[in-house]
Amino acid sequence: MRKLIFIFSAFLIFGTASAQTKKGDLLIKNATVITVTDGILEDTDILVENGLIRRIGKGLSGGNGTTIDAKGKYVMPGIIDAHSHIALDVVNEATSPITSEVWMGDVIDPYDIGIYRALAGGTTISHAMHGSANAIGGQNVTLKHRYGTRNPEDLIMKEAPRTIKFALGENPTRVHGRNNNIQPRTRMGVEAVIRNGFSEAQQYKRRWSEYDQAQKQRNSTAVPPKYDARLQTLVDILDGKVIIHCHSYRADEIYMLINVCKDFDIKNIVFSHVNEGFKVAPELAEYTMGASVFADWWAYKFEVYYSTAFNAAILNRNGVVTSINSDSGELIRHLYHEAAKTQRYGGLTDQEALELITINPAKQLGIADKVGSIEVGKQADLVIFDSHPLSVYAIPQMTFVDGVKYFDINEDNHDQRIRVSATEMVEPIYLKEHEHKCMHNVDFLFSNFGRNLFDHNH
Amino acid sequence: MRKFNLILFACTFTLLPLWATAQIDGEVVKPRSGTFLLRNATVVTVNKGILSNTSVLISEGNITAIGENISSTDAEIIDCSGKYIYPGMFDGGTKLGMVEINSVAETNDNAELGNVTPNMQALTTINPNAVAIPVTRVSGVTTTLAVPSGGLFPGTAALINLNGYTPDQMYAGFKGVVMNFPSSARRSTRDRRSDDDIKKDAETAMKNINELWQRATMFQSFREAEAELDYYPEMEHLSKAVSGELPLLIEVNAAKDITNTLEWLADKPNVRAILTGVAEGWRVADKIAAAGIPVITGPMLSIPTRESDRYDAAYTNPGKLLAAGVKVGLRTNDTENVRNLPFNAGFAAAYGMGKDEALKAVTLVPAEIFGVADRLGSIEQGKSATLFVSDGDPFETKTQILHVFIDGYKIPMTNRHIQLYQEFLERDPGLVK
Repeated sequence: MRKLIFIFSAFLIFGTASAQTKKGDLLIKNATVITVTDGILEDTDILVENGLIRRIGKGLSGGNGTTIDAKGKYVMPGIIDAHSHIALDVVNEATSPITSEVWMGDVIDPYDIGIYRALAGGTTISHAMHGSANAIGGQNVTLKHRYGTRNPEDLIMKEAPRTIKFALGENPTRVHGRNNNIQPRTRMGVEAVIRNGFSEAQQYKRRWSEYDQAQKQRNSTAVPPKYDARLQTLVDILDGKVIIHCHSYRADEIYMLINVCKDFDIKNIVFSHVNEGFKVAPELAEYTMGASVFADWWAYKFEVYYSTAFNAAILNRNGVVTSINSDSGELIRHLYHEAAKTQRYGGLTDQEALELITINPAKQLGIADKVGSIEVGKQADLVIFDSHPLSVYAIPQMTFVDGVKYFDINEDNHDQRIRVSATEMVEPIYLKEHEHKCMHNVDFLFSNFGRNLFDHNH
Repeated sequence: MRKFNLILFACTFTLLPLWATAQIDGEVVKPRSGTFLLRNATVVTVNKGILSNTSVLISEGNITAIGENISSTDAEIIDCSGKYIYPGMFDGGTKLGMVEINSVAETNDNAELGNVTPNMQALTTINPNAVAIPVTRVSGVTTTLAVPSGGLFPGTAALINLNGYTPDQMYAGFKGVVMNFPSSARRSTRDRRSDDDIKKDAETAMKNINELWQRATMFQSFREAEAELDYYPEMEHLSKAVSGELPLLIEVNAAKDITNTLEWLADKPNVRAILTGVAEGWRVADKIAAAGIPVITGPMLSIPTRESDRYDAAYTNPGKLLAAGVKVGLRTNDTENVRNLPFNAGFAAAYGMGKDEALKAVTLVPAEIFGVADRLGSIEQGKSATLFVSDGDPFETKTQILHVFIDGYKIPMTNRHIQLYQEFLERDPGLVK
């Protein structure tokens, strides 16, 4: 039996190791290259080999791939969305205020047409997140939009560090406190849940190290503690192995979690949505990995009533690493436009605005050494636009992931589905995307409500 | 003692205004009327070309002169060199002023109970002090249609200008009865009714509508015959749509529903129909054009209605409708982010509609569809001074809107978003006190 398990696991390891995602070769000629980290290079070529950027310069030639003449066009790094829920079968494990044991990598849906639509808007990486029903939710997964594969594994960006979803405010207090009558019902309760979780994790860690010590003794009879995936994940957060991405809106709750993190010596935390982040911008700048915000969403629920579209600009000017995210299958298609809104609301420069959707989200996901800018050695995630990407009239022309072309406006077949349901007699027509992605799959908790709680409730 | 009290009283009252000024900080800028000369602008008239180095005189609420050499002795002069003047933009369908915070039911006044409530007046529930109104109007969107939602006939929509202290001061001269045409589409990706249930719901709704319409037609004929009628506000309102006294705004989106709507309208020549939504209009654009019915469509910034559709189906819809010969106005169908109307128009422009036509689709065309083009929708002498000054193309994301006038009132360029920006950009104390 043991042998069988060994063979089986060896096979598994071999299986993952041999699974290679597609890597492309490519030469883009004569483009205006927006590098993000090294200014704008006019009339410049980019040589891509085996999925990586090999050279950037003028008059380049060679390579084994196709050559694309991008004269008069703009090339920018693939857009990165630090808060998304596309390509996921389910979003919320809403059964407990802490569910750190679950992982979104287990529920990837490679058939989601949303991936292709995101590519058509120049977005090449999304952070597929657990929902906001719990104070400490599940672990997220960073995806590269290698659309067309039927293997969920192929979408995972394996180099990306682990991240986990936290959530403060109205959502966890409604789901657990008001609907299930368990803590947290208030923002005080949210703090307690998180502090209790981390404290328990410290005890758990201590039990294991005591066991490890005891085991070193000769003839040890020490019994190992029971493994607990939930607590082990929290230990990993305390050990700096997991980045927290926390759904949050109000300044008080953001400040609360900053204090909790200080007490537990946690440095790896990004706040998401952060509508009132502008009120605690100096604190966010000093103690966190930044803020990932909406360009202009507000007033859809009470905790975002006192928001401002100038949020990103204020954060940016205060030195907070800031990104613009979608949290939506609609917005993810035009994050370049969302970033441009910081120019209307706060007058950010082109450079600052473009950082919000490239290198800054890359930093927040811990992948800035691999993507987020056009630099030699980085992965060739690239978008070609017909005009400056911050213009409202800009139209993405081609999108590449690892040097492989996944979207070309001139080769776009209208129907891009890679699976059609056999049981579906009539194709459904949807008047809008269900907008409440963050609270997906918690409707069983609300069956008694007559009104639509799910409209606009991020 | 009594005398002393009296003196104290008198003192209190005389000093009160002084205390008030002494204790309250901050200046409130209010909308103000007057005579304004917007000098030396590039005027985008919309219907009479683009006029460079041109001045616009605003007086008593109207545009009283347009030309190269206009002078005025009493006007407040606003230098507009290098700047552009556009007519105020229309959003042809919103909940602005009717809903304050979407998820707080107590602040939602857009959807009354009942299936047949055409007598519910959107204008009644407009909150002139909704926080989103100043947030919207500084973007150059000056005029919005407030649309009730709910059942088959949820109420009567009203066109408002985004300035005024009472709904009547805001009213911009158009009302229309709203009808939600029975839908074969799903309301959202979370609508999980079976195909059969959707079909049955639509059939029942259609049957109801036909019965109601028959009754309203009868009611109308009694009204015309000056018969003595019991108080029946629902029928009274519906009969106005039957006779054409009020236009009928028909919300319809799926292609099949649109053709059904056109068939339904075919034997109702008196009805002044306007189709709204029309998300799948591009599938049946020729039929809509042939019927000669105007359309208010949007938002463009939305996902395609079907998974098999091209990714840009919603962006290209207005352009395709226009190309087929449909009269097209645009809308956001939003509440707090109606300010995104120009960006929706920008996407429509980029994806086939073209900039000039997209501009018309948020100015003159909706003004014509709503029958208010004598007052609004273009920069012309005699029209209402409802316009804005910008430093560039208002659809372009980075463009700044510099001045907004509504009915000749100069609108303060501030709102809660801007005030929060002013307060928190450089917080003091910063990190340490």
